[in-house]
This record gives sequence, structure tokens and C-alpha cells, in this order.
Amino acid sequence: MSGAPVAFDEGDVGEEIRRMLAPFNAADIAMTDDTDIAADLQIDSVDTMDLIMAIEDKYDISIPINLLSEVRTIGDLARIVVQSSPK
Amino acid sequence: MDLFDKFQPLIGLRGSLVSDDADPFGVCMDEVLSAAEATINGRRTILAGTNNYLGLTFDSGAIDAAVGALRKEGTGTTGSRIANGTYSGHQALEADIARFLGRRSAIVFTTGYQANLGMLAGLAGPKDTILIDADSHASIYDGCKLSGAEIIRFRHNDPADLDRRLGRLDPAASNKLVVVEGIYSMFGDRAPLAEFAEVKARHNAYLAVDEAHSFGVFGENGRGVAEADGVEDKTDFVVGTFSKSLGATGGFLASDHAVLDILRVASRPYMYTASLTPSVAASVGATLRRIAADPALRATLWRNIDRLHGRLSDAGLSLCAGKGPILAVRTPGPAEAYAMWRRLLEAGIYVNLAIPPGTPGGVSLLRCSVSAAHTPEHIECIADALIAVAGSANQTPAPQTARFG
Repeated sequence: MSGAPVAFDEGDVGEEIRRMLAPFNAADIAMTDDTDIAADLQIDSVDTMDLIMAIEDKYDISIPINLLSEVRTIGDLARIVVQSSPK
Repeated sequence: MDLFDKFQPLIGLRGSLVSDDADPFGVCMDEVLSAAEATINGRRTILAGTNNYLGLTFDSGAIDAAVGALRKEGTGTTGSRIANGTYSGHQALEADIARFLGRRSAIVFTTGYQANLGMLAGLAGPKDTILIDADSHASIYDGCKLSGAEIIRFRHNDPADLDRRLGRLDPAASNKLVVVEGIYSMFGDRAPLAEFAEVKARHNAYLAVDEAHSFGVFGENGRGVAEADGVEDKTDFVVGTFSKSLGATGGFLASDHAVLDILRVASRPYMYTASLTPSVAASVGATLRRIAADPALRATLWRNIDRLHGRLSDAGLSLCAGKGPILAVRTPGPAEAYAMWRRLLEAGIYVNLAIPPGTPGGVSLLRCSVSAAHTPEHIECIADALIAVAGSANQTPAPQTARFG
């Protein structure tokens, strides 16, 4: 990334994650920050780790997969992305 | 509430896919007839789903060595290496492994799984970063977790993706350990080790290569893919198993690092388990000597690989990778894969069924392994049967499910 680091907005990040998850939303549920990634969207642990890789590339950040134990909902994931943003 | 409630989805999945009379995850060999044949369900069956690549499980020298050690040193050590479990045979085997690999030293573990746990939990700690291939074996994931290090995944067999992810990390903030496998156990595909070695050197990281499926198979001397690709001097740690080409059980870690031995008193998977039984240490020493002395074994294996790969490719089967000891046939989906697996078993051919989530990319496959113990007739029988079941199954690949990047 060039220029001064810019912290991410949690709302924008949440929206981007919902966009990335849309192809997996087979039941077409209304996704919110409280949507449970595994239970509501039937996304398994491997796909969740692949999602993390895609998010790392989208925002050019590192998210160790150790943090996955703290992620249940879309909102949890958005918070981790914001915490990992350039300071 | 029941402790087992969380397994209901798995119980449902298993029940929907697998019949009680043919469980692909519970096949019992009633009688093992040779390195390449067994009796299963009363039927003489060709084994094409083992990891017995050099066919050495019945090597007479290994059996004699094991029996000798059994009579001389007993059935087990009853203790860990740091207590009463170090015998002269363990130390001799460590010296033999180090000499074979041309490394300063080697440490032997009780299983291959523990070798990865022991390496990763020993080498890396909470202030370090481990970068692992996305398709890594479970033992690598578990070892990373046990280490407490930060874990970053990179895309499978993609040195440019590793380069990008290493580039995001603070060069001074932590030690970085990159872990790849020479050959991957499900698809049988091979890591581009020279490119990985170049990337790790540029980022001043360490490189560990798991040669579990490539030891004894690749390289002029059978030292693995690092030898075949000419990057042994750029590989900091070699980890592997005795339960494939060496025909027993156990694992090893070898390196030129001057301080490797400290892991013996710092790596819990080494310290807190009973050591290899003396008979196993003796048999592994014997098969290692056989591999070093008898390159014809590898030549036989590669002739079998060439023939089976050629026949399956010519018949239009969808193979997951190029030539290697693992030839995985892609199938349309789990139900079709199971039906094909079952028909093969009924035809006297045992292969491995592999279905999601245990496979990369949600692919369902029939995993065949090739052995130097297979006769030309075995190879033709395996090919005929696979081509027949693939021809009768719907070979249209399953629609691609949604995947991330």
C-alpha cells in the first residue's frame, strides 16, 4: 500500500465481508453483523480460513489464523480486520 | 445434553454416505499376505491404498533385525527418551538418518505425526511466525497450534503468494518459519521447492520441508524432493516419517543447525511419550540401509508409476497431479466416489476414499498409491478396475461450488 496508513471503518469492512460471503448464502438469509458464519451460512472451517486469506489480500494485512477462535459472527470478523489495519 | 451432540452433523453425513457393510474408514485386513496383497472380506485383494511405496514391510533384513532386537531388548522401552527410553538402537538410528540425509544431526520421534508436532512446537514459540501451505497435513496444523506461534496460511504451492504474505510481516519483529511438503498426501502434487527456497532466502526466513511422501521416492539417493530439486542446502529442516517408504512407524527431524539437540529437552511431543520400540528402531535402520544400497527398488517403483499413470491418463481419467507415488483420481462427488470405491473393493482392489472436508478444494477422490512391491500384473489389474468403474460412473465433474479467491 502506498501513502499514509488508513484505519478501516468497521461498517465498511462488515459490508465487504457480506459481499464476499454472498456466493455462499445459498438460503439467501439477510446477513447482519450477528450472522453466525458457520451455523447460519454452513461455511466450514477450511472455507473460513480461505475467507481470511481473501480478506488479507483485499486489505493488504496479516490476520493470523490463531484469531479464528475469536470469530463466530460477521461482526467478530470485521472487528479483527479493523484491529489488524495499519496503525 | 450429551457430550456427543456436537457430532450429530458428522453422524448424519456418515450415515447418508456409507453403508454399514462397506465402511471406507473402517476396512479391516483379515490377513496380510504380502506388501501388496491382503484378504479383505474373505477376498484376495490388491493393496493400492497404502503408503508402502518401496514395498519394504516384509523386507527379510528388516524382519530379522526387528526379531533380533525384540529378543535382545524386549517388546518396549516403557519410557520416554529423556527418562529410561533411550537405547543404543535409537542413537544409532539417529546417526544413520543424519548420515543418509547428509545432515549434522537428527532426532527420532515415536510417530510421524509427533515428528511434525515436535518440530513445530519445539522450534517456534509465541513470538515467532509460522507460514504454512493451505493444504498442509493435519499434523502441521496441530503442531502450529501447539507451538503458540502466529500462523499465516499461504495459497497452496504458490511461492508468489508466500512472497506477498512474508512481505506484509515486519522483518525484525519475529523469526519466520515456512513449512511445505515435498509431496502432498491427497492430490500427490509436488511443491515447487526451488522457488520456495528462493522466496524464503529473500525474506531471511527458515524453511522446513516435510518429505513424508517423498523420502525414498525422489532424488538420486532417495532423500526426497529437496534432493531432486537441488535445494537441500537451502532447506533448514527436513522432517519425515518411517511409516511410508521405510515400512514401519515413527518419524524424524534432521538439520545442520548446531543447536538442534536442545529440542530433546524443550519439545514436549519428544519428551512426554514413550520412545520407539527397539524392534521398530532396528527394522527402520535395516530398511534405510536397503534404500541406500538398492536403487533398483526406486527404479521398480517408478516403472510402476509410469505404467499406471500412463494407463489412467490414456483412458481419460481426471488425475489430480503428475507422476508420483500417489495417483489421485478426481470423481464427480462424494456419493459417486463412494460407489466407485465400493465397486473397486468388490473387484479385489483396495484404494483410499477421500472426501471433503478432508480434501483440498472440496474434491472427492480415489487415492491410489503405487508400490515397488506391485507386480506388472497388479498394475494392470488396478488400471483395468479403475478404468472400468470410472467408465460406468458419471464422470462429469461436479459443479464448482463457491470458493474464496
